[in-house]
Amino acid sequence: MQGVTYSYQGATAPAVTGVDLEVNPGEWLALVGANGSGKSTLAKICNALQIPTQGVCRVMGLDSSDPANTGEIRRNVALVFQNPEDQIVASIVEEDVAFGPENLGLPSGEIQIRVDRALELTGLLEYRGRGSSSLSGGQKQRLALAGALAMSPCALVLDESTSMLDPEGRESFLGCIGELNAQGMTIVQITHRMEEAVRAGRIAVMERGRVVWDGAPELFFGGEYLRWGFEEPLEFALHRELLARGILPGATLPVAEDMLRSLCL
Amino acid sequence: MRSLNNISLGQFIPGDSLIHRLDPRCKIVCTFMLLAGLFMASEPLDFVLWCALPCLFSRLSGTSMTTILKTGRPVVFLVAVTVFINLLWTPGHEILRIGPLRVTWEGITVAVGMGLRLFFLVIFAAMLMMTTSPMDFSAGLERLMSPIGRLGLPTSEMAMMMTIALRFIPTLFEETDRILKAQISRGADFDSGGLIRRARSFVPVLVPLFVLVFLRAENLATAMESRCYSPGAPRTRLHPLRWAARDSVAVICLFSFIAAVVALDRLVLGGVRPFR
Repeated sequence: MQGVTYSYQGATAPAVTGVDLEVNPGEWLALVGANGSGKSTLAKICNALQIPTQGVCRVMGLDSSDPANTGEIRRNVALVFQNPEDQIVASIVEEDVAFGPENLGLPSGEIQIRVDRALELTGLLEYRGRGSSSLSGGQKQRLALAGALAMSPCALVLDESTSMLDPEGRESFLGCIGELNAQGMTIVQITHRMEEAVRAGRIAVMERGRVVWDGAPELFFGGEYLRWGFEEPLEFALHRELLARGILPGATLPVAEDMLRSLCL
Repeated sequence: MRSLNNISLGQFIPGDSLIHRLDPRCKIVCTFMLLAGLFMASEPLDFVLWCALPCLFSRLSGTSMTTILKTGRPVVFLVAVTVFINLLWTPGHEILRIGPLRVTWEGITVAVGMGLRLFFLVIFAAMLMMTTSPMDFSAGLERLMSPIGRLGLPTSEMAMMMTIALRFIPTLFEETDRILKAQISRGADFDSGGLIRRARSFVPVLVPLFVLVFLRAENLATAMESRCYSPGAPRTRLHPLRWAARDSVAVICLFSFIAAVVALDRLVLGGVRPFR
Protein backbone atom coordinates (compact mmCIF):
# COMPACT_ATOMS: atom_id res chain seq x y z
CA MET A 1 0.00 0.00 0.00
CA GLN A 2 1.35 3.38 -0.93
CA GLY A 3 -0.27 6.53 0.42
CA VAL A 4 -3.65 4.78 0.74
CA THR A 5 -6.51 7.02 1.81
CA TYR A 6 -10.15 5.93 1.97
CA SER A 7 -13.20 8.03 2.79
CA TYR A 8 -16.72 6.65 3.28
CA GLN A 9 -19.48 8.54 1.50
CA GLY A 10 -20.80 11.35 3.66
CA ALA A 11 -18.07 10.96 6.29
CA THR A 12 -16.40 14.12 7.58
CA ALA A 13 -12.95 12.54 7.90
CA PRO A 14 -11.27 9.73 5.96
CA ALA A 15 -11.30 6.30 7.64
CA VAL A 16 -7.76 5.63 6.46
CA THR A 17 -5.19 8.35 5.71
CA GLY A 18 -1.94 8.01 3.77
CA VAL A 19 -1.15 4.46 4.80
CA ASP A 20 2.14 3.01 3.58
CA LEU A 21 2.32 -0.65 4.45
CA GLU A 22 4.00 -3.64 2.89
CA VAL A 23 3.20 -7.21 3.89
CA ASN A 24 5.75 -9.78 2.76
CA PRO A 25 4.82 -13.30 1.64
CA GLY A 26 4.65 -15.76 4.56
CA GLU A 27 4.58 -12.97 7.13
CA TRP A 28 2.18 -12.80 10.11
CA LEU A 29 1.28 -9.18 10.68
CA ALA A 30 -0.86 -8.12 13.63
CA LEU A 31 -2.72 -4.86 13.05
CA VAL A 32 -3.72 -3.36 16.39
CA GLY A 33 -5.55 -0.19 17.32
CA ALA A 34 -8.59 1.25 19.02
CA ASN A 35 -12.13 1.05 17.61
CA GLY A 36 -12.58 3.36 14.64
CA SER A 37 -8.85 3.54 13.91
CA GLY A 38 -9.40 2.22 10.36
CA LYS A 39 -8.26 -1.40 10.77
CA SER A 40 -11.37 -2.99 9.22
CA THR A 41 -11.33 -0.52 6.32
CA LEU A 42 -7.73 -1.51 5.65
CA ALA A 43 -8.77 -5.19 5.70
CA LYS A 44 -11.46 -4.49 3.10
CA ILE A 45 -8.96 -2.58 0.97
CA CYS A 46 -6.69 -5.67 1.00
CA ASN A 47 -9.59 -7.74 -0.45
CA ALA A 48 -10.58 -5.07 -3.01
CA LEU A 49 -13.94 -4.63 -1.26
CA GLN A 50 -13.01 -0.96 -0.89
CA ILE A 51 -10.98 0.85 -3.51
CA PRO A 52 -8.65 3.58 -2.15
CA THR A 53 -9.87 7.09 -2.89
CA GLN A 54 -6.19 8.10 -3.03
CA GLY A 55 -3.00 6.08 -3.27
CA VAL A 56 -2.37 2.59 -4.58
CA CYS A 57 -2.99 -0.87 -3.13
CA ARG A 58 -1.19 -3.67 -4.94
CA VAL A 59 -1.82 -7.31 -4.16
CA MET A 60 0.79 -9.60 -5.74
CA GLY A 61 1.54 -6.78 -8.14
CA LEU A 62 -2.13 -6.33 -9.13
CA ASP A 63 -3.58 -2.85 -8.74
CA SER A 64 -6.85 -3.13 -6.78
CA SER A 65 -8.33 -0.06 -8.49
CA ASP A 66 -8.43 -1.95 -11.81
CA PRO A 67 -11.78 -3.84 -11.92
CA ALA A 68 -10.15 -6.50 -14.10
CA ASN A 69 -7.98 -7.51 -11.11
CA THR A 70 -10.77 -7.69 -8.52
CA GLY A 71 -11.52 -11.42 -8.97
CA GLU A 72 -7.86 -12.43 -8.85
CA ILE A 73 -7.23 -10.29 -5.74
CA ARG A 74 -10.25 -11.74 -3.92
CA ARG A 75 -9.17 -15.26 -4.84
CA ASN A 76 -5.69 -14.64 -3.42
CA VAL A 77 -6.58 -12.62 -0.32
CA ALA A 78 -9.31 -14.28 1.71
CA LEU A 79 -11.14 -12.36 4.41
CA VAL A 80 -12.60 -13.76 7.64
CA PHE A 81 -14.90 -11.39 9.48
CA GLN A 82 -15.75 -10.89 13.12
CA ASN A 83 -19.18 -12.52 13.25
CA PRO A 84 -19.35 -15.98 11.66
CA GLU A 85 -23.15 -15.71 11.36
CA ASP A 86 -22.68 -12.91 8.84
CA GLN A 87 -20.54 -14.95 6.47
CA ILE A 88 -22.16 -18.39 6.43
CA VAL A 89 -24.22 -18.56 3.25
CA ALA A 90 -25.39 -22.18 3.11
CA SER A 91 -27.28 -24.34 5.58
CA ILE A 92 -24.95 -27.32 5.26
CA VAL A 93 -21.30 -27.17 6.33
CA GLU A 94 -19.75 -28.57 3.14
CA GLU A 95 -22.06 -26.51 0.92
CA ASP A 96 -20.93 -23.35 2.67
CA VAL A 97 -17.25 -24.21 2.24
CA ALA A 98 -17.96 -24.92 -1.45
CA PHE A 99 -19.59 -21.51 -2.00
CA GLY A 100 -16.33 -19.71 -2.91
CA PRO A 101 -14.94 -22.39 -5.28
CA GLU A 102 -18.40 -22.61 -6.91
CA ASN A 103 -18.20 -18.88 -7.60
CA LEU A 104 -14.81 -19.42 -9.22
CA GLY A 105 -16.48 -21.83 -11.66
CA LEU A 106 -14.28 -24.79 -10.73
CA PRO A 107 -15.26 -28.33 -11.74
CA SER A 108 -17.03 -30.35 -9.03
CA GLY A 109 -14.04 -32.72 -8.53
CA GLU A 110 -11.74 -29.78 -7.78
CA ILE A 111 -14.36 -28.21 -5.48
CA GLN A 112 -14.61 -31.52 -3.59
CA ILE A 113 -10.81 -31.66 -3.11
CA ARG A 114 -10.71 -28.08 -1.84
CA VAL A 115 -13.67 -28.61 0.49
CA ASP A 116 -12.08 -31.77 1.94
CA ARG A 117 -8.75 -30.02 2.45
CA ALA A 118 -10.29 -26.92 4.06
CA LEU A 119 -12.47 -29.01 6.37
CA GLU A 120 -9.50 -31.15 7.37
CA LEU A 121 -7.32 -28.11 8.10
CA THR A 122 -10.00 -26.59 10.30
CA GLY A 123 -10.92 -29.87 12.01
CA LEU A 124 -14.47 -29.87 10.68
CA LEU A 125 -14.31 -32.96 8.46
CA GLU A 126 -16.69 -34.92 10.67
CA TYR A 127 -19.25 -32.08 10.54
CA ARG A 128 -19.41 -31.82 6.75
CA GLY A 129 -23.00 -33.03 6.44
CA ARG A 130 -24.26 -31.13 9.50
CA GLY A 131 -26.45 -28.05 9.48
CA SER A 132 -24.37 -24.88 9.90
CA SER A 133 -26.83 -23.50 12.43
CA SER A 134 -26.22 -26.50 14.72
CA LEU A 135 -22.51 -25.65 15.15
CA SER A 136 -21.08 -23.91 18.21
CA GLY A 137 -19.67 -20.37 17.97
CA GLY A 138 -16.09 -21.64 17.69
CA GLN A 139 -17.05 -24.21 15.06
CA LYS A 140 -18.92 -21.55 13.07
CA GLN A 141 -15.82 -19.35 13.04
CA ARG A 142 -13.74 -22.32 11.90
CA LEU A 143 -16.35 -22.90 9.19
CA ALA A 144 -15.92 -19.29 8.07
CA LEU A 145 -12.16 -19.92 7.99
CA ALA A 146 -12.69 -23.13 5.98
CA GLY A 147 -14.80 -21.14 3.50
CA ALA A 148 -11.92 -18.70 3.09
CA LEU A 149 -9.29 -21.46 2.80
CA ALA A 150 -11.29 -23.25 0.10
CA MET A 151 -10.45 -20.30 -2.16
CA SER A 152 -6.79 -21.50 -1.91
CA PRO A 153 -5.61 -18.00 -1.02
CA CYS A 154 -2.01 -16.83 -0.62
CA ALA A 155 -2.97 -14.51 2.22
CA LEU A 156 -5.57 -14.52 4.95
CA VAL A 157 -6.96 -11.35 6.52
CA LEU A 158 -8.64 -11.93 9.89
CA ASP A 159 -10.82 -9.02 10.93
CA GLU A 160 -11.20 -9.52 14.69
CA SER A 161 -12.16 -13.10 13.91
CA THR A 162 -11.60 -14.32 17.46
CA SER A 163 -13.55 -11.63 19.28
CA MET A 164 -16.73 -13.72 19.58
CA LEU A 165 -14.99 -16.93 20.65
CA ASP A 166 -14.54 -18.37 24.12
CA PRO A 167 -10.92 -18.94 25.32
CA GLU A 168 -10.96 -22.57 24.17
CA GLY A 169 -12.42 -21.72 20.74
CA ARG A 170 -9.93 -18.86 20.37
CA GLU A 171 -6.97 -21.09 21.19
CA SER A 172 -8.11 -23.72 18.69
CA PHE A 173 -8.72 -21.08 15.99
CA LEU A 174 -5.32 -19.41 16.54
CA GLY A 175 -3.62 -22.81 16.58
CA CYS A 176 -5.08 -23.40 13.14
CA ILE A 177 -3.84 -19.98 11.95
CA GLY A 178 -0.38 -20.74 13.34
CA GLU A 179 -0.23 -23.98 11.34
CA LEU A 180 -1.29 -22.19 8.15
CA ASN A 181 1.38 -19.54 8.68
CA ALA A 182 3.99 -22.26 9.29
CA GLN A 183 2.98 -23.71 5.91
CA GLY A 184 3.79 -20.36 4.29
CA MET A 185 0.47 -18.53 4.25
CA THR A 186 0.61 -14.77 4.80
CA ILE A 187 -1.56 -13.67 7.72
CA VAL A 188 -2.86 -10.18 8.48
CA GLN A 189 -4.60 -10.33 11.84
CA ILE A 190 -6.64 -7.44 13.12
CA THR A 191 -7.03 -7.70 16.86
CA HIS A 192 -7.53 -5.84 20.11
CA ARG A 193 -5.95 -8.57 22.18
CA MET A 194 -2.28 -8.24 22.99
CA GLU A 195 -2.06 -11.93 23.90
CA GLU A 196 -3.00 -12.68 20.28
CA ALA A 197 -0.74 -10.05 18.75
CA VAL A 198 2.18 -11.64 20.57
CA ARG A 199 2.02 -14.60 18.17
CA ALA A 200 2.64 -12.39 15.12
CA GLY A 201 6.01 -11.84 13.50
CA ARG A 202 5.38 -8.12 13.09
CA ILE A 203 3.03 -5.60 14.64
CA ALA A 204 1.57 -2.40 13.19
CA VAL A 205 -0.39 0.10 15.30
CA MET A 206 -3.19 2.16 13.78
CA GLU A 207 -4.52 5.37 15.21
CA ARG A 208 -7.05 7.71 13.60
CA GLY A 209 -6.63 6.12 10.19
CA ARG A 210 -2.83 6.14 10.17
CA VAL A 211 -0.20 3.49 10.79
CA VAL A 212 1.68 5.13 13.65
CA TRP A 213 4.04 2.34 14.60
CA ASP A 214 5.35 -0.69 12.73
CA GLY A 215 7.98 -3.08 14.00
CA ALA A 216 9.06 -6.29 15.68
CA PRO A 217 6.97 -7.75 18.55
CA GLU A 218 10.05 -7.76 20.80
CA LEU A 219 10.24 -3.98 20.53
CA PHE A 220 6.49 -3.53 20.84
CA PHE A 221 6.19 -5.67 23.93
CA GLY A 222 9.37 -4.18 25.36
CA GLY A 223 7.13 -1.30 26.46
CA GLU A 224 6.00 0.36 23.22
CA TYR A 225 2.47 -0.99 23.64
CA LEU A 226 2.02 1.02 26.84
CA ARG A 227 2.87 4.17 24.90
CA TRP A 228 -0.05 3.55 22.56
CA GLY A 229 -2.48 3.06 25.38
CA PHE A 230 -2.99 -0.70 25.20
CA GLU A 231 -4.07 -2.36 28.40
CA GLU A 232 -1.44 -4.55 29.94
CA PRO A 233 -2.50 -8.18 30.30
CA LEU A 234 -1.41 -9.98 33.48
CA GLU A 235 1.20 -12.12 31.71
CA PHE A 236 2.77 -8.97 30.27
CA ALA A 237 3.14 -7.45 33.73
CA LEU A 238 4.72 -10.72 34.87
CA HIS A 239 6.99 -10.66 31.82
CA ARG A 240 8.13 -7.14 32.61
CA GLU A 241 8.82 -8.07 36.22
CA LEU A 242 10.75 -11.21 35.26
CA LEU A 243 12.82 -9.20 32.80
CA ALA A 244 13.55 -6.57 35.45
CA ARG A 245 14.70 -9.25 37.90
CA GLY A 246 16.88 -10.91 35.27
CA ILE A 247 15.00 -14.20 35.44
CA LEU A 248 14.15 -14.02 31.76
CA PRO A 249 16.79 -13.39 29.12
CA GLY A 250 16.37 -10.07 27.30
CA ALA A 251 14.30 -9.60 24.10
CA THR A 252 11.84 -12.41 24.73
CA LEU A 253 8.11 -12.28 24.16
CA PRO A 254 5.53 -12.54 26.95
CA VAL A 255 4.55 -16.10 26.01
CA ALA A 256 3.14 -17.95 29.03
CA GLU A 257 4.91 -21.24 28.20
CA ASP A 258 8.34 -19.56 27.89
CA MET A 259 7.89 -17.71 31.15
CA LEU A 260 6.80 -20.87 32.93
CA ARG A 261 9.84 -22.72 31.57
CA SER A 262 12.20 -19.96 32.76
CA LEU A 263 10.62 -19.95 36.20
CA CYS A 264 10.76 -23.72 36.59
CA LEU A 265 14.29 -24.25 35.33
CA MET B 1 -43.76 -16.68 26.48
CA ARG B 2 -43.04 -19.71 24.26
CA SER B 3 -39.53 -19.93 22.76
CA LEU B 4 -39.30 -19.36 19.01
CA ASN B 5 -36.26 -21.58 18.63
CA ASN B 6 -38.25 -24.78 18.21
CA ILE B 7 -40.28 -23.55 15.24
CA SER B 8 -39.32 -25.72 12.27
CA LEU B 9 -40.82 -23.62 9.48
CA GLY B 10 -38.97 -24.28 6.22
CA GLN B 11 -35.99 -25.83 7.93
CA PHE B 12 -33.83 -28.47 6.30
CA ILE B 13 -33.16 -31.61 8.33
CA PRO B 14 -29.93 -33.18 7.00
CA GLY B 15 -30.18 -36.88 6.19
CA ASP B 16 -29.36 -39.59 3.68
CA SER B 17 -32.78 -41.12 3.06
CA LEU B 18 -34.30 -42.01 -0.30
CA ILE B 19 -36.26 -38.74 -0.28
CA HIS B 20 -33.12 -36.75 0.60
CA ARG B 21 -31.30 -38.33 -2.34
CA LEU B 22 -33.98 -37.45 -4.90
CA ASP B 23 -33.09 -34.69 -7.36
CA PRO B 24 -34.39 -31.32 -6.08
CA ARG B 25 -36.16 -30.74 -9.42
CA CYS B 26 -38.08 -33.99 -8.89
CA LYS B 27 -39.09 -32.89 -5.38
CA ILE B 28 -40.17 -29.43 -6.56
CA VAL B 29 -42.24 -30.90 -9.42
CA CYS B 30 -43.78 -33.46 -7.03
CA THR B 31 -44.69 -30.71 -4.56
CA PHE B 32 -46.40 -28.66 -7.28
CA MET B 33 -48.30 -31.77 -8.39
CA LEU B 34 -49.39 -32.32 -4.78
CA LEU B 35 -50.55 -28.73 -4.41
CA ALA B 36 -52.50 -28.90 -7.68
CA GLY B 37 -54.02 -32.24 -6.67
CA LEU B 38 -54.96 -30.84 -3.29
CA PHE B 39 -57.09 -28.14 -4.88
CA MET B 40 -58.83 -30.73 -7.03
CA ALA B 41 -59.92 -32.66 -3.94
CA SER B 42 -63.56 -32.17 -3.10
CA GLU B 43 -64.58 -35.31 -1.16
CA PRO B 44 -63.95 -36.18 2.49
CA LEU B 45 -62.49 -39.51 1.32
CA ASP B 46 -59.92 -37.61 -0.79
CA PHE B 47 -58.51 -36.00 2.33
CA VAL B 48 -58.34 -39.37 4.06
CA LEU B 49 -56.25 -40.61 1.11
CA TRP B 50 -54.07 -37.47 1.23
CA CYS B 51 -53.24 -38.36 4.84
CA ALA B 52 -51.40 -41.42 3.52
CA LEU B 53 -48.77 -39.19 1.89
CA PRO B 54 -47.28 -37.59 5.03
CA CYS B 55 -47.22 -41.09 6.60
CA LEU B 56 -45.40 -42.54 3.58
CA PHE B 57 -43.09 -39.54 3.51
CA SER B 58 -42.32 -40.00 7.21
CA ARG B 59 -41.34 -43.63 6.57
CA LEU B 60 -39.22 -42.93 3.48
CA SER B 61 -37.45 -39.84 4.81
CA GLY B 62 -36.85 -41.00 8.38
CA THR B 63 -38.65 -37.90 9.70
CA SER B 64 -41.03 -38.43 12.60
CA MET B 65 -44.74 -37.66 12.14
CA THR B 66 -44.50 -35.27 15.10
CA THR B 67 -41.85 -33.22 13.28
CA ILE B 68 -43.97 -33.18 10.12
CA LEU B 69 -47.13 -32.14 11.96
CA LYS B 70 -45.21 -29.49 13.94
CA THR B 71 -44.52 -27.63 10.70
CA GLY B 72 -48.23 -26.87 10.52
CA ARG B 73 -48.14 -25.12 13.90
CA PRO B 74 -47.32 -21.60 12.62
CA VAL B 75 -50.41 -21.63 10.37
CA VAL B 76 -52.88 -22.92 12.94
CA PHE B 77 -54.18 -19.37 13.49
CA LEU B 78 -54.61 -18.80 9.76
CA VAL B 79 -56.41 -22.14 9.40
CA ALA B 80 -58.66 -21.28 12.36
CA VAL B 81 -59.58 -17.89 10.83
CA THR B 82 -60.29 -19.52 7.43
CA VAL B 83 -62.47 -22.18 9.06
CA PHE B 84 -64.30 -19.58 11.12
CA ILE B 85 -65.04 -17.30 8.15
CA ASN B 86 -66.20 -20.16 5.91
CA LEU B 87 -68.26 -21.67 8.70
CA LEU B 88 -70.31 -18.54 9.37
CA TRP B 89 -70.50 -16.86 5.98
CA THR B 90 -71.32 -19.72 3.63
CA PRO B 91 -74.99 -19.67 2.57
CA GLY B 92 -76.98 -22.91 2.58
CA HIS B 93 -79.25 -25.03 4.75
CA GLU B 94 -79.21 -23.55 8.23
CA ILE B 95 -78.58 -26.07 11.03
CA LEU B 96 -77.75 -23.72 13.90
CA ARG B 97 -78.34 -20.04 14.73
CA ILE B 98 -76.64 -18.14 17.58
CA GLY B 99 -77.87 -14.55 17.48
CA PRO B 100 -76.87 -13.06 14.13
CA LEU B 101 -74.50 -15.97 13.39
CA ARG B 102 -75.75 -18.79 11.13
CA VAL B 103 -74.09 -22.16 10.72
CA THR B 104 -75.03 -24.10 7.61
CA TRP B 105 -74.28 -27.65 6.53
CA GLU B 106 -72.52 -26.25 3.45
CA GLY B 107 -70.53 -23.91 5.73
CA ILE B 108 -69.25 -26.82 7.82
CA THR B 109 -68.16 -28.84 4.79
CA VAL B 110 -66.51 -25.89 3.02
CA ALA B 111 -64.77 -24.79 6.25
CA VAL B 112 -63.39 -28.26 6.97
CA GLY B 113 -62.30 -28.66 3.33
CA MET B 114 -60.54 -25.27 3.24
CA GLY B 115 -58.88 -25.83 6.62
CA LEU B 116 -57.56 -29.22 5.57
CA ARG B 117 -56.37 -27.86 2.22
CA LEU B 118 -54.42 -25.08 3.92
CA PHE B 119 -52.96 -27.44 6.48
CA PHE B 120 -51.88 -29.98 3.85
CA LEU B 121 -50.49 -27.17 1.69
CA VAL B 122 -48.10 -26.16 4.48
CA ILE B 123 -47.27 -29.77 5.35
CA PHE B 124 -46.43 -30.65 1.73
CA ALA B 125 -44.28 -27.53 1.29
CA ALA B 126 -42.53 -28.35 4.58
CA MET B 127 -41.91 -31.92 3.40
CA LEU B 128 -40.01 -30.48 0.42
CA MET B 129 -37.96 -28.09 2.55
CA MET B 130 -37.20 -30.66 5.26
CA THR B 131 -35.46 -32.95 2.78
CA THR B 132 -33.90 -30.44 0.37
CA SER B 133 -31.01 -28.22 1.40
CA PRO B 134 -31.57 -24.56 0.45
CA MET B 135 -28.59 -24.72 -1.94
CA ASP B 136 -30.07 -27.80 -3.70
CA PHE B 137 -33.50 -26.20 -3.68
CA SER B 138 -32.23 -23.02 -5.31
CA ALA B 139 -30.20 -25.01 -7.86
CA GLY B 140 -33.29 -27.07 -8.73
CA LEU B 141 -35.49 -24.02 -8.92
CA GLU B 142 -32.95 -22.17 -11.02
CA ARG B 143 -32.78 -25.07 -13.48
CA LEU B 144 -36.57 -25.34 -13.64
CA MET B 145 -36.85 -21.60 -14.20
CA SER B 146 -34.14 -21.54 -16.88
CA PRO B 147 -36.71 -21.13 -19.72
CA ILE B 148 -37.89 -17.91 -18.01
CA GLY B 149 -34.24 -16.90 -17.61
CA ARG B 150 -33.90 -16.88 -21.38
CA LEU B 151 -36.48 -14.08 -21.41
CA GLY B 152 -34.11 -11.95 -19.32
CA LEU B 153 -35.42 -12.62 -15.82
CA PRO B 154 -32.62 -12.86 -13.20
CA THR B 155 -33.41 -16.47 -12.21
CA SER B 156 -30.04 -17.23 -10.56
CA GLU B 157 -30.28 -14.10 -8.40
CA MET B 158 -33.85 -15.02 -7.45
CA ALA B 159 -32.72 -18.53 -6.53
CA MET B 160 -29.80 -17.17 -4.46
CA MET B 161 -32.16 -14.79 -2.65
CA MET B 162 -34.36 -17.74 -1.77
CA THR B 163 -31.37 -19.77 -0.52
CA ILE B 164 -30.29 -16.97 1.78
CA ALA B 165 -33.82 -16.33 3.00
CA LEU B 166 -34.16 -20.00 3.92
CA ARG B 167 -30.71 -20.12 5.49
CA PHE B 168 -31.61 -17.15 7.71
CA ILE B 169 -34.95 -18.50 9.00
CA PRO B 170 -33.39 -20.25 12.05
CA THR B 171 -31.05 -17.29 12.65
CA LEU B 172 -33.94 -14.83 12.61
CA PHE B 173 -35.97 -16.97 15.00
CA GLU B 174 -32.96 -17.10 17.33
CA GLU B 175 -32.47 -13.34 17.13
CA THR B 176 -36.19 -12.65 17.67
CA ASP B 177 -36.13 -14.96 20.68
CA ARG B 178 -33.06 -13.15 22.04
CA ILE B 179 -34.63 -9.70 21.58
CA LEU B 180 -37.91 -10.90 23.15
CA LYS B 181 -36.06 -12.24 26.19
CA ALA B 182 -33.98 -9.05 26.46
CA GLN B 183 -37.16 -6.94 26.41
CA ILE B 184 -38.90 -9.24 28.92
CA SER B 185 -35.88 -8.93 31.25
CA ARG B 186 -36.37 -5.14 31.05
CA GLY B 187 -40.02 -5.42 32.05
CA ALA B 188 -41.81 -5.74 28.69
CA ASP B 189 -45.08 -7.67 28.84
CA PHE B 190 -46.18 -9.53 25.72
CA ASP B 191 -48.75 -11.83 27.29
CA SER B 192 -51.37 -9.56 28.84
CA GLY B 193 -53.89 -7.12 27.45
CA GLY B 194 -56.10 -7.15 24.37
CA LEU B 195 -55.11 -7.78 20.79
CA ILE B 196 -54.17 -4.15 20.05
CA ARG B 197 -52.13 -3.78 23.23
CA ARG B 198 -50.32 -7.02 22.51
CA ALA B 199 -49.62 -5.94 18.93
CA ARG B 200 -48.28 -2.60 20.21
CA SER B 201 -46.03 -4.34 22.72
CA PHE B 202 -44.20 -6.01 19.82
CA VAL B 203 -42.98 -2.67 18.41
CA PRO B 204 -39.85 -2.68 20.67
CA VAL B 205 -39.09 -6.13 19.25
CA LEU B 206 -39.68 -5.31 15.60
CA VAL B 207 -37.53 -2.16 15.51
CA PRO B 208 -34.26 -3.81 16.66
CA LEU B 209 -35.12 -6.89 14.58
CA PHE B 210 -35.43 -4.79 11.40
CA VAL B 211 -32.17 -2.95 12.17
CA LEU B 212 -30.47 -6.30 12.75
CA VAL B 213 -31.85 -7.78 9.53
CA PHE B 214 -30.54 -4.87 7.46
CA LEU B 215 -27.14 -5.02 9.17
CA ARG B 216 -26.97 -8.78 8.60
CA ALA B 217 -27.95 -8.36 4.96
CA GLU B 218 -25.20 -5.78 4.41
CA ASN B 219 -22.55 -7.84 6.17
CA LEU B 220 -23.55 -10.99 4.31
CA ALA B 221 -23.43 -9.19 0.96
CA THR B 222 -19.89 -8.01 1.78
CA ALA B 223 -18.86 -11.53 2.85
CA MET B 224 -20.34 -13.03 -0.34
CA GLU B 225 -18.56 -10.45 -2.47
CA SER B 226 -15.26 -11.19 -0.71
CA ARG B 227 -15.76 -14.85 -1.71
CA CYS B 228 -15.99 -13.86 -5.37
CA TYR B 229 -19.79 -13.98 -5.68
CA SER B 230 -20.94 -11.88 -8.58
CA PRO B 231 -24.69 -11.69 -9.34
CA GLY B 232 -25.53 -13.32 -12.64
CA ALA B 233 -22.05 -14.79 -13.15
CA PRO B 234 -22.01 -18.51 -14.03
CA ARG B 235 -21.39 -20.78 -11.04
CA THR B 236 -20.54 -24.46 -10.78
CA ARG B 237 -21.73 -26.82 -8.05
CA LEU B 238 -20.13 -29.14 -5.52
CA HIS B 239 -22.84 -31.72 -6.27
CA PRO B 240 -24.09 -31.17 -9.84
CA LEU B 241 -27.76 -32.02 -10.33
CA ARG B 242 -28.36 -35.44 -11.87
CA TRP B 243 -31.80 -36.75 -12.80
CA ALA B 244 -31.75 -40.49 -11.98
CA ALA B 245 -34.21 -43.30 -12.72
CA ARG B 246 -35.56 -43.08 -9.16
CA ASP B 247 -36.60 -39.48 -9.83
CA SER B 248 -38.67 -40.54 -12.85
CA VAL B 249 -40.19 -43.39 -10.81
CA ALA B 250 -41.10 -40.96 -8.01
CA VAL B 251 -42.79 -38.52 -10.40
CA ILE B 252 -44.71 -41.34 -12.17
CA CYS B 253 -45.83 -42.93 -8.88
CA LEU B 254 -47.03 -39.63 -7.45
CA PHE B 255 -48.76 -38.66 -10.68
CA SER B 256 -50.53 -42.04 -10.72
CA PHE B 257 -51.63 -41.58 -7.10
CA ILE B 258 -53.01 -38.09 -7.74
CA ALA B 259 -54.70 -39.22 -10.96
CA ALA B 260 -56.27 -42.15 -9.09
CA VAL B 261 -57.56 -39.87 -6.31
CA VAL B 262 -58.96 -37.35 -8.79
CA ALA B 263 -60.57 -40.16 -10.84
CA LEU B 264 -62.11 -41.62 -7.68
CA ASP B 265 -63.35 -38.15 -6.77
CA ARG B 266 -64.82 -37.37 -10.17
CA LEU B 267 -66.07 -40.77 -11.36
CA VAL B 268 -67.03 -42.74 -8.25
CA LEU B 269 -67.94 -40.15 -5.61
CA GLY B 270 -68.87 -37.41 -8.07
CA GLY B 271 -72.46 -37.10 -6.85
CA VAL B 272 -71.87 -36.02 -3.24
CA ARG B 273 -69.23 -33.18 -3.36
CA PRO B 274 -69.56 -31.67 0.08
CA PHE B 275 -65.93 -30.22 0.27
CA ARG B 276 -66.16 -27.68 -2.53
